[in-house]
Amino acid sequence: MKRRRRHSTALRFAAAVLLLVVFLFPIYWLFMIAFKTPEEIFSSPPTWYPASIQFDNFRGLFKSGDAKTVFNSLFIAGTSTLIAMFLGTIAAYSLARFRTGGENLAVWIISQRMIPPIAIVFPLFLLYVWLGWVDTYHGLILLYTAFNLPYVIWMMRGYIEDVPLELEESALVDGCTRWGALLKVVFPMVRNGLFATAVFTFVFAWNDFIFALVMTRSEVTTYPVQVTHYFGAQSNFWAKIAAMSVLGAAPVFLAVAFLQRYLVRGISLGAVKG
Amino acid sequence: MSAPAMNTPSGGIIAVGQGPDRHFKYVILLPAVFILLFIGIFPLVYTLIASVQNITMLEEDTSFHGLIHYRHLFEDARLWESIGHTLLITGIALPIELGLGLLMALLFLEKLPGRPVFVALLVLPTLIAPVVAGATWRLLFDHRYGPINQVLGWIAGEPVPILWVINPAYVYPAIFIAEIWQWTPFMFLLLLAALSNVDKSQTEAAEIDGASTLTVFRRIILPAIWPVMAIALLIRGLDLIRIFDVVWALTQGGPGTMTETLSIYTYIQGFRQFETSYTGAIAFMVIVALTVVVIWLLRRMEVHR
Repeated sequence: MKRRRRHSTALRFAAAVLLLVVFLFPIYWLFMIAFKTPEEIFSSPPTWYPASIQFDNFRGLFKSGDAKTVFNSLFIAGTSTLIAMFLGTIAAYSLARFRTGGENLAVWIISQRMIPPIAIVFPLFLLYVWLGWVDTYHGLILLYTAFNLPYVIWMMRGYIEDVPLELEESALVDGCTRWGALLKVVFPMVRNGLFATAVFTFVFAWNDFIFALVMTRSEVTTYPVQVTHYFGAQSNFWAKIAAMSVLGAAPVFLAVAFLQRYLVRGISLGAVKG
Repeated sequence: MSAPAMNTPSGGIIAVGQGPDRHFKYVILLPAVFILLFIGIFPLVYTLIASVQNITMLEEDTSFHGLIHYRHLFEDARLWESIGHTLLITGIALPIELGLGLLMALLFLEKLPGRPVFVALLVLPTLIAPVVAGATWRLLFDHRYGPINQVLGWIAGEPVPILWVINPAYVYPAIFIAEIWQWTPFMFLLLLAALSNVDKSQTEAAEIDGASTLTVFRRIILPAIWPVMAIALLIRGLDLIRIFDVVWALTQGGPGTMTETLSIYTYIQGFRQFETSYTGAIAFMVIVALTVVVIWLLRRMEVHR
């Protein structure tokens, strides 16, 4: 019996390693191309690892100014995350503690998250043209704030409901104002939830393609749009595609590495508390 | 701190105070709702108005034209084909992601050396921007410089010159592979969490009573993980219905219009052909249809607490 178990563990471990190889190989390939020389990239049959690690592909992005798109992404995703987190959390507090609008409002809010972006971005584009907001930071920041608010409200409502009421009540009894109770008692209590939700909110804006494709021209282009600019009919700038993709993917990997505990809850819209 | 003296109704509700506090719950809710109306109501109203006018690239006729664009929806073969492509991708990718995700979750359910590391690494594909995932697979599928044809060549024993994203016979498999690669880890992670929460004593008791593994799975495990499975299917299903990024990066809807999805077709109508009124009609129908479906599903599944 015991022997069979050890046997099956070894088999499962082998299967796990195989799965890992299959799922990580594309990411390995992408990262590796970013460090290859052009000759290595365009050798047929392809080589599976670069002869030496060199950073010319990244240097090229910074020299040509294309790396600015990463900073655009950072500024736009960062600012919209801060705004959405603040406005979303206080709104979530209203839903969680006062049942404002009842279940109908809560369901309407989360349903807004699930509409195809293309359907809402088309009329908004025409509005932005009229307002002169196309290719501006504030235009895109507002759009991402709006797009992420349902997620923030939905998630933070769950986190706030996990906080016992007694703390707020005693603060209120002690003469704290409503705002004081919210900002000084509730916010610190849900700080882990705030942090986890903020990271996912940031990642959604950071990884978005369609809003940025429609709403940017040249000034505030974000990195995912820049990646597609390198696709040509004839010559593909593979080194740039890979290097830019690595600049975009690496920060997300790092951020989520610290968030393993909240990963399941974050991507399941709070359905699984993990 | 003093003991709570305030008398509150059950269910986590704070009694609404009198005086200036009375409006507090609305004051904190309104900014968010106001911004949400911007994406929730404005597009709906605007697309409705534009869709009964006749705004095209050539003319800006804002007089009332009735339902001509809605009638056109039914005659537009390319639109229905794009819906067909979208449903095809959804119908193939979603069950495979669910099945593979479930198998992987079962594999990692029991103790395994290094399990947290495996799980943390397996989830990485899901975190990549979908457009970057598409770009990555385009590099992998390249017929000369990509490793996929190379590996297939080793297996076949002769050079394999498949033009993955160009050849009509291979373009859908390429999309399925990229899509399934990226999102199976999502299913895996959610189902693993759900399976870990299944009450062990119940499954063990059933096994002692002589129930087969399949019966235990169908009668005990499946009902227990169904709520999570349903929300995972809902999230992924709706993602697939609006699929754009990965297909755009791989094929831009080509060859021809062979892989044009509903989102890609809408994008082309609106931003390449500048058929404003007609795009308005498509967008309006999509917003209305999906809002109804989503709210119905959310209420049915009782994901709200």
